[in-house]
Amino acid sequence: MGQRLSLYIHIPYCVKRCGYCDFNTYTPKELGQSGLGKSEISSQYIDSAILEIDRASSELADTVSIGTIFFGGGTPSLMEGRDINRILSHIRQQFIVEDDCEITMEANPDSVDEENLAAFVSAGVNRFSFGLQTIAPHLLKTLDRTHNEESILKALEIAVKLGVKNLSADLIYGTPGESMEDLIKTLEFALHLPINHISAYALIVEKGTKLASQISRGEISAPDDDLMADKYLVIDSTLEKNGFQWYELSNWAKAGAQSQHNQVYWTGGNWWGIGPGAHSFLGDRRWWNIKNPISYIAALSKNESVIAESEVLSDENKRDEKIMLKIRMRSGLARSDLRASDIAVIERYINSGDIDLENWEKGAVVLTLSGRLIADRIVRDLVV
Amino acid sequence: MPALSANKAPQPAATNPEIIRNFCIIAHIDHGKSTLADRMLQLTEVVDPRNMRAQYLDRMDIERERGITIKSQAVRLPWTSGIDGKDYILNMIDTPGHVDFTYEVSRSLAACEGAILLVDCAQGIEAQTLANLYLAMENNLTIIPVLNKIDLPAAQPEKFAKELAKLIGCEPEDCFRVSGKTGDGVLELLDEIVKQIPPPQGDADKPARALIFDSVYDSYRGVVTYVRVIDGKLSPRDQIQMFSTGVKHEMLEVGVISPEPIASKGLGVGEVGYLITGVKDVRQSRVGDTVTTAIRPATQALAGYKDPVPMVFSGLYPIDGDEYPVLRDALERLQLNDAALVYEPETSAALGFGFRCGFLGLLHMEIVRERLEREFNLTLISTAPNVVYQLTTEEGKELIVTNPSEFPQTKILSVKEPIVRATVLAPSEFIGTIMELCQQRRGTLLGMDYLSEDRIEIRYNLPLAEIVFDFFDQLKSRTRGYASLDYEPIGDAEGDLVKVDILLQGETVDAFSSIVHRDKAYAYGVLMTAKLRELIPRQQFEVPIQAAIGSRIIARETIRAIRKDVLAKCYGGDITRKRKLLEKQKEGKKRMKMVGRVEVPQEAFIAALSTNADSEKVKAKK
Repeated sequence: MGQRLSLYIHIPYCVKRCGYCDFNTYTPKELGQSGLGKSEISSQYIDSAILEIDRASSELADTVSIGTIFFGGGTPSLMEGRDINRILSHIRQQFIVEDDCEITMEANPDSVDEENLAAFVSAGVNRFSFGLQTIAPHLLKTLDRTHNEESILKALEIAVKLGVKNLSADLIYGTPGESMEDLIKTLEFALHLPINHISAYALIVEKGTKLASQISRGEISAPDDDLMADKYLVIDSTLEKNGFQWYELSNWAKAGAQSQHNQVYWTGGNWWGIGPGAHSFLGDRRWWNIKNPISYIAALSKNESVIAESEVLSDENKRDEKIMLKIRMRSGLARSDLRASDIAVIERYINSGDIDLENWEKGAVVLTLSGRLIADRIVRDLVV
Repeated sequence: MPALSANKAPQPAATNPEIIRNFCIIAHIDHGKSTLADRMLQLTEVVDPRNMRAQYLDRMDIERERGITIKSQAVRLPWTSGIDGKDYILNMIDTPGHVDFTYEVSRSLAACEGAILLVDCAQGIEAQTLANLYLAMENNLTIIPVLNKIDLPAAQPEKFAKELAKLIGCEPEDCFRVSGKTGDGVLELLDEIVKQIPPPQGDADKPARALIFDSVYDSYRGVVTYVRVIDGKLSPRDQIQMFSTGVKHEMLEVGVISPEPIASKGLGVGEVGYLITGVKDVRQSRVGDTVTTAIRPATQALAGYKDPVPMVFSGLYPIDGDEYPVLRDALERLQLNDAALVYEPETSAALGFGFRCGFLGLLHMEIVRERLEREFNLTLISTAPNVVYQLTTEEGKELIVTNPSEFPQTKILSVKEPIVRATVLAPSEFIGTIMELCQQRRGTLLGMDYLSEDRIEIRYNLPLAEIVFDFFDQLKSRTRGYASLDYEPIGDAEGDLVKVDILLQGETVDAFSSIVHRDKAYAYGVLMTAKLRELIPRQQFEVPIQAAIGSRIIARETIRAIRKDVLAKCYGGDITRKRKLLEKQKEGKKRMKMVGRVEVPQEAFIAALSTNADSEKVKAKK
């Protein structure tokens, strides 16, 4: 006992695939399950997820308590309320769940209504992260998103009415065709929402996505890194001015509203990922499941392993990951995590204004605003 | 049956010079010399049919793959003439076929009384063949013109017979027609060699004198020296002496190649064979030197000995600095077999530790580099090749510069560079193109002649530095591959030459310094700075790239500072992927070279220093 564990539950379904997305998610059509209704898919999949939860509990239930739970996807909000309830009830049966356990669900503003949100909340979800991305219609089209300002406002209104205090919005910036004005309008809109957390991600053109092929065909121009940098600066100053403080490179929160679950990833905590393609990390062992939901379901029903690959981290791997992850956070990297030979690198970046001197004198490597923009470069210098 | 069985054939050291015929084959790459040699080996039955393979005499893989002969050999072929029915000994001396090895060719020719001029009758004579033909004529060799590949559908024997007749001064009917591939006409050619080529002349009673025409390092036997005996006799128990150095060696073995080495009781007048003395380094047994006996030394050396003079220099650096000792050992090993290769340690601020190497020419350079990479598993960066410059300073001091970075910026009175006489053979439709190229490369037209109605020979004097800089590639591409080139050094001439330095953030990058003609300095500077701007990744700060002559900046580009170098998201599922990417970048970073504060990836150096073909090679390797 005494160890904390986080659970990630992957919901690998979407109504349609967005043009920029390379996540492990499928439309019913892609799985050849178009004949099945939403509730059949949902309940069949939850049966399997519960089998994997049982595996986790037989390995760990005696030694851990659950600190955070996160439903990600895909589109978790596509699931039936009763199915989410089945999962959370099962977890409570199998594990000790801490009283203040943060239970987050990623939600698509389009796929929520009063009924299912109420069901999620009564099942125990106490934090929603809404995919807002942008409010500019021409960018939503490029991103293949179908929501609008109205559906977002409505979704949040319902959540507030249901008494959910922790609400977050995800933004995407740097979509081809986005002007600075588009971004500022989106920020202003987000700042008027009843939320206490914002994630803002620069668009990454992932290989194999529809967006990538549109760019390679020259139909859409590639995002420009220099413009991205300008936009990051605008986002950070706008959010900071409005009471949202950065606590990770792409995440800002009002006091006390940081995502507990995501911080587990960045600080080397333990988590078990349930579902196809989900990653898990325990001590120095990491593994990830087979990606295809149908194969995943089949393996569980035959009582076979669902692990696709695993690795045991060497000391060097652990050190690299610690630097790579902790440097992204406002709490920073501890001076004690560094080797003597790293000090020269740190001093160089202090001189160039990329690492904060005051924090360094207190024993922590904390990036300044300009340092955050070149964090990967600083990491490369520290891991060599 | 004209072939002679080995035991009935006249034996070495007991063969009357009257029945010896020494000949070589002059041919361009791909004109079928090795295939013709194969047929001769078969007809004379010196190779068991079961052991026969294509290009039998080409020893090294690299020779067989590139279809060129780097090291010559001499094969003793017993033959019964179909004309007079008598037994003869034919010594076929294989010659290297490339411009870089002109001196070695000239020594092989000096060991012969006759030469077969072999020309592909679908292509006609090429520049190098022509140069070697002139060399053979200067040596008073009997020339037998032979048209090869008469079996090809594209063969034009009539046309090229006329061309050859005009060059040699014979009748077109005198040209032999053979096919090395089918063997057609080869038997008749062997008889013709006996008939036309004179037997060697020499005095058996005089002190021994033998010409070294090749010297090869063998890892089991040490150096194998190929000689042609002019006077006297060499016997297995002789102590021999090298004329140029006076050094004496114990003879361990004398023999002939037929086509495998066979020890013999010696070598007499006119005979061709090999000596083994236990020497480990070809530089102690140099091509062109005269071998005599210690007990009764000759007083006069044979004419024509020359030390090999490197003409082209380049810095060779291991990509992985840890491989420096491997490179050093590899060069040492190669030098055992290559008297023309010279090298000395060199340090470059940009490339680290390496060697400045001198080569006979571009092909020699390429072969050495390829052997280093292939036989010693090295991955190398080579700096752009350059020639030797002779400088006179204002104080009247003479300086020899083989590395552009050592070229002083000031107080130079004059600079001399090597000049070559170049011969280009091509279809006449390309006259304009070729002249334009030669003019651009500071050439002086010497003259031109029609070889036949539609083929032309153009002669130019050109600075060697211009040839070293992609001239051959340009010539080939502008003439769709039809032109051939040969050149020979003719001396040095003063040129208006300047050193162009490339600076990154104000620091000179030694590996990029180059010596160019003043009129071309600007174009070179613009080209290099633009190339580097593409190749060097953005840094945290702005990086100016400048080209300069002394302190005068002639071109400038700027790499803008990087603004953003971070991935936006990093959640549970991204961590492994991101760490693996980081591990790859770590490796890349170790191979990063620092120029001042600027990180320059190795690939940028390679790409900036290479011609396009080279950088493709590097890409393919990765």
